Amino acid sequence: MPYVVPSWLRDHVEIPVGTTAAQLAADLVRVGLEEEAVHAAGVTGPLVVGRVLEVNPEPQKNGKTINWCRVDVGAHNNADGSGRGIVCGAHNFAAGDSVVVALPGAVLPGDFAIAARKTYGHVSDGMICSESELGLGEGHEGIIVLEDAPAPGTDAIALLGLGEEVLEINVTPDRGYCFSVRGVAREYGHSTGAAFTDHGLPGPDLPSGNDAGFAVELADDAPIHGVPGADRFVARIVRGVDTTAPTPDWMATRLRQAGMRPISLAVDITNYVMLDLGQPLHAYDLATLAAPIVVRRARAGERLTTLDDVTRTLDAEDLLITDSPDAPGSRILGIAGVMGGADTEVTDATTDVLIEAAHFDQISVARSARRHKLPSEAAKRFERGVDTALQAVAAQRVVDLLVQFAGGSPDAGVTDLDRTTAPEPIAIDVTLPGRLVGVEYSAETVIATLESLGALVVTGGAELLVTPPTWRADLTEPADLVEEVVRLQGYDRVPSVLPAAPPGGRGLSLTQRRRRRVASLLADSGLTQVLTYPFMASSRHDDLALPEGDPRRRAVRLANPLSEAMPYLRTSLLHTLVDAAVRNVGRGLTDVAIYEIGMVTRPDGAGHPSPLPPTGVRPSDADLDAIRAAVPAQPLRVAGVLAGSLVPPGVYTQARRADHADAIALVHRIAQATGVTPVVEADTESLPWHPGRCARFTTPDGVLLGHAGELAPKVTAALGLPARTVAFEVDLDALFDAAPSEPKQIPPLSTFPAAKEDIALVVDAGTPVADVLAAVREGAGDLAEDVHLFDIYTGESVGEGKASMAFSLRLRAADRTLTAADTAQVRDAVVALAGERLGARLRA
Amino acid sequence: MPTPETPSPLDADAVGVALTAALEAVAGADSLDALAGVRIAHTGDKSPLALANRAIGALAPADKATAGKLVGSSRGRLNAAIAARQGELEAERDEQVLRTEAVDVTIPVDRAPLGSRHPLDSLMDEVADFFVGMGWEIAEGPELEHEWFNFDALNFGPDHPARQMQDTFFIDPASAAEHLVLRTHTSPVQARTLLTRDLPVYIACPGKVFRTDELDATHTPVFHQVEGLAVDKGLTMANLTGTLDHFARAMFGPEAKTRLRPSFFPFTEPSAEMDLWFPAKKGGPGWIEWGGCGMVNPNVLRACGIDPDVYSGFAFGMGIERTLMLRHDITDMHDIIEGDIRFSQEGQR
Repeated sequence: MPYVVPSWLRDHVEIPVGTTAAQLAADLVRVGLEEEAVHAAGVTGPLVVGRVLEVNPEPQKNGKTINWCRVDVGAHNNADGSGRGIVCGAHNFAAGDSVVVALPGAVLPGDFAIAARKTYGHVSDGMICSESELGLGEGHEGIIVLEDAPAPGTDAIALLGLGEEVLEINVTPDRGYCFSVRGVAREYGHSTGAAFTDHGLPGPDLPSGNDAGFAVELADDAPIHGVPGADRFVARIVRGVDTTAPTPDWMATRLRQAGMRPISLAVDITNYVMLDLGQPLHAYDLATLAAPIVVRRARAGERLTTLDDVTRTLDAEDLLITDSPDAPGSRILGIAGVMGGADTEVTDATTDVLIEAAHFDQISVARSARRHKLPSEAAKRFERGVDTALQAVAAQRVVDLLVQFAGGSPDAGVTDLDRTTAPEPIAIDVTLPGRLVGVEYSAETVIATLESLGALVVTGGAELLVTPPTWRADLTEPADLVEEVVRLQGYDRVPSVLPAAPPGGRGLSLTQRRRRRVASLLADSGLTQVLTYPFMASSRHDDLALPEGDPRRRAVRLANPLSEAMPYLRTSLLHTLVDAAVRNVGRGLTDVAIYEIGMVTRPDGAGHPSPLPPTGVRPSDADLDAIRAAVPAQPLRVAGVLAGSLVPPGVYTQARRADHADAIALVHRIAQATGVTPVVEADTESLPWHPGRCARFTTPDGVLLGHAGELAPKVTAALGLPARTVAFEVDLDALFDAAPSEPKQIPPLSTFPAAKEDIALVVDAGTPVADVLAAVREGAGDLAEDVHLFDIYTGESVGEGKASMAFSLRLRAADRTLTAADTAQVRDAVVALAGERLGARLRA
Repeated sequence: MPTPETPSPLDADAVGVALTAALEAVAGADSLDALAGVRIAHTGDKSPLALANRAIGALAPADKATAGKLVGSSRGRLNAAIAARQGELEAERDEQVLRTEAVDVTIPVDRAPLGSRHPLDSLMDEVADFFVGMGWEIAEGPELEHEWFNFDALNFGPDHPARQMQDTFFIDPASAAEHLVLRTHTSPVQARTLLTRDLPVYIACPGKVFRTDELDATHTPVFHQVEGLAVDKGLTMANLTGTLDHFARAMFGPEAKTRLRPSFFPFTEPSAEMDLWFPAKKGGPGWIEWGGCGMVNPNVLRACGIDPDVYSGFAFGMGIERTLMLRHDITDMHDIIEGDIRFSQEGQR
């Protein structure tokens, strides 16, 4: 994000002397430019310009040669005026050169304190500095050799811009113009009222385009979204320049402060003007160009080697800058607004330079930058929007700077193909900002605020016609103008007014209340709630021993997972919850009873084509249906994993391990709390469960609710869970669907006495209790208020292969006291039904 | 036991002596057994007062009333004294029994250990309760979402730089369908709700969201947000500020407050970053970033078939993890997300 150099900003807006970076940050955040970082001054103490008087090479035993130098540091010289003796390991300088000297007492980046020290047989009384030692980047080998340096002893901190704090700001995507000193200065003016001078406006001397310029053709035959890729192209030529002339120190300093590396004069000037005004620019060696320049879309299969030495295959959507050595547009020079190629670079041999200042479509540049992963400085600006009135001004600035520092003279021919359209005026009711914000802004305030942005405001009654300035392509609707008014008038002026309570609030929905009930119930039952990431490896299906073709193996895959090892979304909660159990056990928390409530993703594998309708328009019902249908089912689930002791050992209690019955009981509790009486059956085939210790829960209508029981031994082994770990998982969506939505009807309570009756039935061993229980309940009929299994007995007295199940019944009639005959009748009915259905007999 | 002498039922002194002796014996009985002996000795058939009572029958009719009164009242006093003493001794015995049954009540007992909710989920309930208390409703939506709901409906066009800045997890189309993402914010619930509910709408949407951030002390790729959305006639930015201040006070105490800074989100205009101030902030009272907000962008209303010239609205969102960390001084995100049971258990102590 952009760097704001206070001394540079001062070129555009009047900043009080002594303004700190922190103050600048505070001023800018008020208008929406957030501080990203303050880059502190990296160097303190005496850092001065020195002129090398003598260089005496001294070979060392280790094979290196050091230079024992005498350097003139002006007022800092020794008392006898003989300069200072300094040992230097670099060799890229000679007597007479100007260098940067850190004198004893200076502190360089990394808290590197400079002191006089004895080395290689001399006392080195300071250090000749390289760029990296001063925190100026890793660009150049050897020490800094200054061109056109001021007198020895001059403070180099100011000269190199090292003494200045630099503010890095965060620019939101709507504020492309703040990727320039010009734009930030304007905002600073808005925030503080400081006088702003706009250096981006065309001056009276700005030459207009003519026919004598370099030939350029804008030939976009396949505009993306109907907008031409290039709608303005300014080309200027300066001949007879010395491209080897040095970049002036002040410019190099500013580039470094702004986070860019000085490269060569022509490139530095284009970068400097881009940073200053916000217009990306490109300089070509004119001698290498073959007219005309053609701006066109790429053709399939075309390739380009960009300046970063990467050969890229181009896409038909890429907008290209080409020239015409063989045929019009036959050679590719670069991807428009993104990056140039090597063929036409300005080199030391260049004498004539062509400067390009163009305006490219935001979307076209954004797509190319993304496609080729080239977030260049130019692309960053174009994709956020560049001022359409800036190209000629910026090109002129480059021309002027080239002439000033590299000599030469500009051609009279000026190319300016301008097909830009003026910003559309926006009609806005002058009272809208006040109504939408809740602050009474006067009409005068609204108009003055919008005008201060650079907008043209035409008043006609209550309606304003506001033409935004060319650098504010983000302003397209009245709401955008409202934001500008409230922003520039100050967000702190917005009062705090709680809106009236909305009519008709209905509280939490039944489902939301039930979800909470389940969450609390499990916590109250001794389980601890955890949250796990939904990401998993496909091998997790194998850990859980899911068979091939199991629908749980059909998982949604992330295209860009954080870890290629975990690219899938869980299809059951147990897929990821087991990890939390393993982690707890691994941390010595061996008694672990955890649960999670969350969604799982269950794609149906059907593909589901859907459209991607544009913004700002309600899609058709059919499109909305298709969009909703494309989203895979994501049922809400609850799952638990229990290992180790559920009840800890205590004075009064023995430790009790969690077993399959606990898991099954928890599901019963969940169902009971929801008002559902589930059907429970043994499930001998589902994995990851123990085939003999798994209960399948369904609704009375046969909808699967979930499973509970012990995990299969091979599963606990594969996952690293303790043996006999138990678990459950229930589909809460299915459960809540089956739950009553109407208030349950409660019959009147009989106050007649209850009769207690115990019945023991002998059945074949292995008969499910659920079947016997059902027979008892049914046989006992309406008189049975409560039926309860209290014992199962197997042994000699009931016979081989038999089991006795003892039930206690509480019987009660609604209208009378039961007699012995009544209870005998119930007993007989129970025995008869159980006998008929299950071959049961009454235990003698 | 020698046959006691029968006091004359007309001899007040003799009856008095017998009574006094009996009362002393009652008072001296130090156990229920002793008292039973005293009762037999002094009220039994052979006791002086019983004998005196019996002797009344032999008196002249004229003396019977006087003697009856004397002996009767004495026997009444004695019986009352015995009953009182009986009560005292029984109470003493009962008390003694309870004393011997005493146990150490400080022994820890955990027959049905209590588990715990995850603090994050509890906080989401608390947040939901706050909004329900204001008359708002709680809305929900899928975590794996269609791009249209996550971006386009919210005015993020396909080429909008903000869409690229969302660090989105995309779904491999071959594994499900095209145009799917893990939702990067809870805001798609805005569009889902506005498309289906009647206006006005006042909803909060707590839920899970996803960004391609590596897990570290302050970032997690899977986290939670709560979204607020109000769309009605005449809603203002001042109403947004009022709601945020009210929410801040509910979460961070009565002195908490918020401030807005201009910012940009495609789905709000004007847009703001929201800072929170509260006195208990770690390191001293001060401002800290809490969320984003703004007035609903007209394009979002249009995408949901709502006329922005008639309705206005505001929306805001903040991180639940961040809120939890600020409230509970949690310094490491790992503790929240790793599923270590100590975190949840610590959270409810």
